[in-house]
Amino acid sequence: MSVVTKTYQAPPFCEREILRYAGCKTANEETLSLLASCLEEVKEKLVYKVCYREFSLRISADICDFGAFRVRSTHLARNLAGCEKAIVFAATVGVEMDRLIAKYGRLAPSKALVMQAIGAERIEALCDAFCEDIKQEKRTALKPRFGAGYGDLPLDTQKQIVAVLDCPKRIGVCLNESMLMSPSKSVTAFLGLTHTVYATSAQKCVFCDKKDCGFRSEQ
Amino acid sequence: MNFSAYLKKNIVYLDGGMGTLLQERGLTVGERPERWNLTHAETITEIHKAYFDAGSNVVCTNTFGANALKFSETELEEIIKAAFENAKTARAQSIAPQEKFVALDIGPSGKLLRPYGDLDFEDAVALFAKTVRLGVKYGADLILIETMNDSYETKAALLAAKENCDLPVLVSNAYGEDGKLMTGATPAAMVAMLEGLGVDALGANCSLGPKQLRGVVEELLENASVPVLLKPNAGLPRSVDGKTVFDVTAEEFSDEVAALIQKGVRVVGGCCGTTPEYIRMLAEKAKEYTPVPVLDKNITVVSSYTHAVKFGDSPVLIGERINPTGKKRFKQALKENDINYILSEGVEQQERGVHVLDVNVGLPEIDEPEMLKTVVCELQAVIDLPLQIDTSDIAAMEIALRRYNGKAVVNSVNGKKESMEAVFPLAKKYGGVVVALTLDENGIPENAGGRVEIAEKILKTAERYGIEKKNIVFDTLAMTISADTSAATATLTALKRIKNELGCRTSLGVSNVSFGLPNRDAVNSTFFALALENGLSAAIMNPYSADMMKTYYTYKALKGLDENCSEYIEKAASFAAVVSAPITIEPTNAEAFKSELQRAVIKGFKEKAGAITKELLNSVPPLEIVNQEIIPALNVVGEGFEKKTVYLPQLLMSAEAAKSAFEEIKSAVAGEGSKSVQKATFVIATVQGDIHDIGKNIVKLLLENYGFDVVDLGKDVPIERIVETVVERRAPLVGLSALMTTTVPAMEETIKRLRIAAPWSKIVVGGAVLTQEYADKIGADKYAKDAMETVRFAERAFGKFSRKGLSPQGNKLDE
Repeated sequence: MSVVTKTYQAPPFCEREILRYAGCKTANEETLSLLASCLEEVKEKLVYKVCYREFSLRISADICDFGAFRVRSTHLARNLAGCEKAIVFAATVGVEMDRLIAKYGRLAPSKALVMQAIGAERIEALCDAFCEDIKQEKRTALKPRFGAGYGDLPLDTQKQIVAVLDCPKRIGVCLNESMLMSPSKSVTAFLGLTHTVYATSAQKCVFCDKKDCGFRSEQ
Repeated sequence: MNFSAYLKKNIVYLDGGMGTLLQERGLTVGERPERWNLTHAETITEIHKAYFDAGSNVVCTNTFGANALKFSETELEEIIKAAFENAKTARAQSIAPQEKFVALDIGPSGKLLRPYGDLDFEDAVALFAKTVRLGVKYGADLILIETMNDSYETKAALLAAKENCDLPVLVSNAYGEDGKLMTGATPAAMVAMLEGLGVDALGANCSLGPKQLRGVVEELLENASVPVLLKPNAGLPRSVDGKTVFDVTAEEFSDEVAALIQKGVRVVGGCCGTTPEYIRMLAEKAKEYTPVPVLDKNITVVSSYTHAVKFGDSPVLIGERINPTGKKRFKQALKENDINYILSEGVEQQERGVHVLDVNVGLPEIDEPEMLKTVVCELQAVIDLPLQIDTSDIAAMEIALRRYNGKAVVNSVNGKKESMEAVFPLAKKYGGVVVALTLDENGIPENAGGRVEIAEKILKTAERYGIEKKNIVFDTLAMTISADTSAATATLTALKRIKNELGCRTSLGVSNVSFGLPNRDAVNSTFFALALENGLSAAIMNPYSADMMKTYYTYKALKGLDENCSEYIEKAASFAAVVSAPITIEPTNAEAFKSELQRAVIKGFKEKAGAITKELLNSVPPLEIVNQEIIPALNVVGEGFEKKTVYLPQLLMSAEAAKSAFEEIKSAVAGEGSKSVQKATFVIATVQGDIHDIGKNIVKLLLENYGFDVVDLGKDVPIERIVETVVERRAPLVGLSALMTTTVPAMEETIKRLRIAAPWSKIVVGGAVLTQEYADKIGADKYAKDAMETVRFAERAFGKFSRKGLSPQGNKLDE
């Protein structure tokens, strides 16, 4: 199965989520107007691109064997346990988001902060939209998505992911020396296809061990 | 026959897909196809031969990803050598009758260039240069740079080809469904840049099928004066029973592409999903077609990384504000390396509606080439307007043109032999529209005739350098009428004659005309109108002048250049607003102003804080404004933040409002010899390998508000650079930021080296992954959980320099 590239329409914006990423528990009038002006500027400038590939999966102990490549990680093996198939995907909202963040990083850090938060919310929203799409298309349930750098899954698994998905060519996502992606508002992850129904992203914090996280959702 | 000669007279057939065919033959996921040149030489040769047999004039070597980032130098050479052997064997084996060439195929590096990735432009040029030299060594007939989705990387590759061989170079970009490159460039922008750099043919490949690329092709054909190339996919890939199939058949594909040949495309082939069959059908269908001649479109055009700006009927506004001449505050920014100030001038002018930004950073005491390079790179990182490189320093001009992501305006050349000999070779190599001043060794001719003669001389010389008339824009030199009242007439007459008799575009530095007169805007805007009527194509002007903008919009409306006068109507409302006072402030006495200033800072009203400060400066000493009003207001917000009643965006808005107040103070005292003398220096950086700088920028803003002399080294900063700067400035305070666990070791190493080289410095660390424990482990003096804590620490560490003593405008300390 080869790499599939998809472009999505903008998923609905969630202002509450953006404010959470910006470190705001409540927002006063000035903050809301700041948010509104940032949203206005961002709206037409983003792209919503995903490329993905489906793999047959064999797990033995801490080795996840995707055929084309193998990954050693106890946490990933646990996450994908019971799945015969998994999707590896990469998603991005494009380089324009980085330009806006950089621009306001220079000119108005308050806007940079909000742009940064919008970028975080956008890429998560895109991943959610993609997962929902896959669920429908494959008529299956999904394991919570699992990215390089989570638990004991080494960050440099990124190299393999970016290579097997041909990311630079497909959606313009490249890796730098520190294994970070550019554009920065990009995500790669493993997605186990399963028959058991797991958490939706709205409850994602419930499944995370990092109890002291500043962004922990209070649901 | 060589390829260039063949291209002139014929439709050229390239080959089709390689990757998809290799996958069918067993290439596995993630495996490097280039290695197959060595391991599966016969398979590669067979595919090449099939394309030659199908009618391809050109096969591209299997070297798409053959670069020194992906292979060792030895392996790279082996691969490229084998790739050419395979292609040439195929050529020798094929008995098909057409002319046959072998192209060195170059794809993207797989890295994004700085500033949004980590590959430096010059490193990219060097990387491609290696591949080019090997291609030349093993006998390439031409070079095909393809599937590039970033204009900057495309420039690096083309420049590398041009600097390392004389072979014809074809460049093909991957456009998305929106008709643009991934990093934003339109086809017209790519045409401007690539033709400027001397490309032999240009076009589009990959990503989409021929139908979806039609719009892109039409835009290329409309703008290009070189042959246009098209190498589309066989539509979009779909998965059927686990196998990849493409949705456009050879029949449909060849119909679509053949139709575009009739529209003018001269170089055709296929990309992903196409096979020899696609090429065979296409060559068969287009066999009887006469190639559409490639005509010079005679367009005077510049470009940025997103779009092209044409010098045509509608006047081009070139913002003149990025220039230190006569601006104390700007000079100070240059001396202090305050790039943000310069960027804000750029953004502001863009908001006012200019189309191009003039960039002049010449000042005797600074390193102009270095500064111009920095400013050009910073501007093109965040502003999508084409730039006008304005310098008389040839080294600075070259480095700026080289780094520029597009085709720039070059300001300027003149009729002096020395000037033309220096500027024209640069314009030829890097491309650009050159502003030519009608003066020479004998000065500026007083009458129009003399200026036209110089223009003719410049055109002749330019031609010898291979620079076409369309790439010269004449400036007939606006001189002040206060010295000679016939000056404007001479300028306008010369302008009109150059336009009508020589058929050239023109430009003027409009504001010069009023030098020495009162109410200069009135003179400038009327002169501007006259110049436009005499055929002016572009004006270097002040977009903050309401009069100038009125003239511009009115002229367009009157000349039928503004459909339904809609632009005029939209702007008309703002004409009045610009003339009136920018912000009205209710209270009228100083005391009321003061509390109003505090409120503006606390509420985060940026413009208001600036405006009130400006008023206050008339009656209150700067230091008092800072210490009695701004700092106390900041403290209210800072304490609220610490108590978690104020959140980060509010803290930042207040900090920005304070900054705008400080900016007024800075402007007021700029040039009064009060350059900061005793402020504590705080060197701040995001450590090597880390590119997250929002947190760092927030800390910087707050520190500046509290009066520290912040030296911001940026992100991904090498250890050496941090150490050198701290030593050089003898900085007592250093702030290091890291967001990722993977970059904390770089932070630790930086601290170690600072302890040896700068034992006096206090080091504070912060960032998402850091904790007190981590900070202790790596030997930092302080872990600060947020920006306010850093400020508090810095102030405590400098107890002696109390907050009162640290004033941002550089007044002396009162210890």
